[in-house]
Amino acid sequence: MSLLLLQLFNGVSVGSILLLAALGLAITFGLMKVINMAHGEFLMIGAYTAYMTQQWFMRYAPAGAADLFFLASLPLAFALAFAIGWLLETTLVRHLYGRPLDSLLATWGVSLILQQAARSIFGAPNVAVKAPAWLEGGWKITADLVLPYKRLFIIALAAVCLSSIYLYLRHTRGGRNIRAALEKRSMAACLGVSTRKLDARVFAFGSGIAGLAGCVLTLLGPIGPSLGTYYIVDAFMVVVLGGIGQLAGTALGALGIGVASTTLEYATTATLAKVLVFALVIAFLQWRPSGLLQTRTRALD
Amino acid sequence: MKEGALARAGVALTALVAAALLLAPFGLSDFRLSLLGKFLAFAVLAIGIDLIWGYAGILSLGHGVFFGLGAYAVAMHLKLVASGGRLPDFMSWSGVESLPWFWRPFASPWFALAAAVAVPVLIAVSLGYLTFRNRIRGAFFSILTQALVIVTVTLFIGQQGYTGGTNGLTNFSTFLGFPLYDPNVKIALYYVSLFVLGATYFLCRRMVRGRFGRILIAVRDGENRLRFLGYDPVRYKVFAFGLSAALAGVAGALFVLQEGIISPAQMNIVPSIEMVLWVAIGGRGTLSGAVIGALATNAAKTAFSELYPDGWLFFLGGLFVVVVLLLPGGLVGLWQTLIRTIRRRNERRVSDGRYRTA
Repeated sequence: MSLLLLQLFNGVSVGSILLLAALGLAITFGLMKVINMAHGEFLMIGAYTAYMTQQWFMRYAPAGAADLFFLASLPLAFALAFAIGWLLETTLVRHLYGRPLDSLLATWGVSLILQQAARSIFGAPNVAVKAPAWLEGGWKITADLVLPYKRLFIIALAAVCLSSIYLYLRHTRGGRNIRAALEKRSMAACLGVSTRKLDARVFAFGSGIAGLAGCVLTLLGPIGPSLGTYYIVDAFMVVVLGGIGQLAGTALGALGIGVASTTLEYATTATLAKVLVFALVIAFLQWRPSGLLQTRTRALD
Repeated sequence: MKEGALARAGVALTALVAAALLLAPFGLSDFRLSLLGKFLAFAVLAIGIDLIWGYAGILSLGHGVFFGLGAYAVAMHLKLVASGGRLPDFMSWSGVESLPWFWRPFASPWFALAAAVAVPVLIAVSLGYLTFRNRIRGAFFSILTQALVIVTVTLFIGQQGYTGGTNGLTNFSTFLGFPLYDPNVKIALYYVSLFVLGATYFLCRRMVRGRFGRILIAVRDGENRLRFLGYDPVRYKVFAFGLSAALAGVAGALFVLQEGIISPAQMNIVPSIEMVLWVAIGGRGTLSGAVIGALATNAAKTAFSELYPDGWLFFLGGLFVVVVLLLPGGLVGLWQTLIRTIRRRNERRVSDGRYRTA
C-alpha cells in the first residue's frame, strides 16, 4: 500500500516537472501558433545554470553558505532562460508566426545548435549537481512511507508557479490582454493590445519557467547536453493531451502522464511503460481528439 | 541568358546527372560507390517524405522508424543466414535460449523483403488512420510521430535479447547466396538502388501529375474545402502516409544491404528529422527536389564531417534555420525563381520594344 502511495507521489513530482516544461509550450502554441522545439534546451540551460552556480559557490562562498547556491540558482536560471528566450523570439520566432510546421523545423535547428554549444562548453559527459543538505532526507509519514524533501520541493515549486500564473492571467490587466489575444488575436489588436510586445513577453516567460524546471531537474539526477530531448517529447505529449489554451488542461495532462508513466514503469519495465503511455495517449485521443480541455471556438481549424 | 537556353540547360543538367549516376561504378572507389549507393536509397525515402509533406502538407518526424523497420526486417534475415542455423550471437549473450517465434519466418529472404515493406506500412496506416480520422493534424500529428520514434527506439534498445540492443544487427555474410562484401556484389547493389530510385521517381511522378496528386495538394491547401466538395481526405492521407512508409521501408532494406549494420541510433530523433531537411533543402513539392536534396545534403554531410567532425551539428542546425527562413522552396525553388525572373525581364524587353514601334 505505502509502496503504491510512494509511486503515486513520484508520479506527481514527475508530472510537476513536465508541467513546468509544458506551460511555456502550451501558451506559445495557443497564442502564436508556433511550435518551439528548442524549448527543451531551456531546461538544459536552467540545469547548467544550477551547475555553474554550485561551482561558483564552492569556490567563492563562505563555508556555511555553500548550500544556499540552490536558492540563488533558481532566479538566475529563470533570468538566463528568459533572456535567451527573448532573443530567440525577436530574432527568429517572430518571423514564423502562424506557420507551425516551419517554426518546428527552424527551432529544431536552434535546438541542435544550443545542444552542440553546451557540448563544446561543458563537455559531452553528464555532470552532477550535489543537492543542498537541507533537501536531503524525507518526511516520514509512516515507518515505510518516506516522502523525499527534494520531490516535495519540486511539487511545491510547480504549485507556486501554476497558481501565480493563474492569478496573473485572471486578475491583472496584462493577464487579461493575454487571454484576449488567445481568444481573438485580431480583435485584441484592434482594441489596442500590442500583441507583438505581448508575444515576446509571453515567449520569454515560458522559456524562463522551463529554465526553472531545468534547475530543479538537477535534484533528480545527473544532467547532460541532450537533457532537453528527453523531456521535450513528453512535454509535447502533455500539450496534446491537455488541450490548448487552458491552464487546467495542461496541469491535468502533466499529472496524467507523470502518474501513468511512473506507475506503469513500476508495474512493468521502463521500456514497456513508454510504449504503453504512447498507446494510452493515442487511445485517449480517439475519445477526445482535441485534448482534455479546450477553449471553444466556432473556427473550423 | 535566354529563357529557352536556361530551360535547355536544366534538361542537359538532368541528363548529365543521370549519366554520371549510371557510369559512377567505373570511376569511383568501392568506398565512395557504396556511399553513393546509400544516398540513392536515401533519395527513395526522400521521395516518400516529399509525397506527404511537400504535396499533402503532413509533416512526419517519424520516418526514421519506417526506415529502421525496413532495415531491421532484412537485417534479421541476414543475421540468421550469417549464424548458419545456430542462435544469433547476441541472443546467446543476453540469455535467450531458443529462436523467438517472430524471428523464425525471417529465414526466408522473400518473407524478409515483404516484411520490410509490410511492417512500416502497417504501423503507418494504423497511426495515420487513428489520428487523421479524428482530424488531428498539423503540428500535433508531427509530435505524435516523434513520440513514435522515442517509443520504438527505447523498445529496440530495451529488448536486447530480441533486437541486439544498442549495437543493433551486424556481421552479415551473404544475401541470396551472394557475399555482401564482394566488390561486384556491391556494384550490383548500387545498380539495384539506382533502378529502384528511377522506378520510384517515375511512378510517383505519374501519380502526382494525375488526380491523386491534385487531391493531395488540395489536402495541403484547403482540407475543409475538399471535404465540403464530397471527398474523404482521411482515405487519401492514410494512403499517402502508408505509401511513404513503404518507400522508407524499401530504402531501409537497400541501406542495410550496402551498409552492413543497422542500429537504433539510425532511426532516432535526429536522423528522422534530418530526412525532412533533405527534402526542405532540395525543394518540397517537387519530386526532383527530394532526390537532389537527399543526394546533395548527404554528400555535403560526408564532406563536412570528414573535415570538421564537431562542426557538423552546428552547420546542420544553421541549415534548418536558413532554409526555412530564406529558402522555403529549396534549391529547385531557387532555380524556378531564376527562370521566372529571366522570363519576366524578357517579356518586359519585348513590350518595351512594342511601345517604341507604336
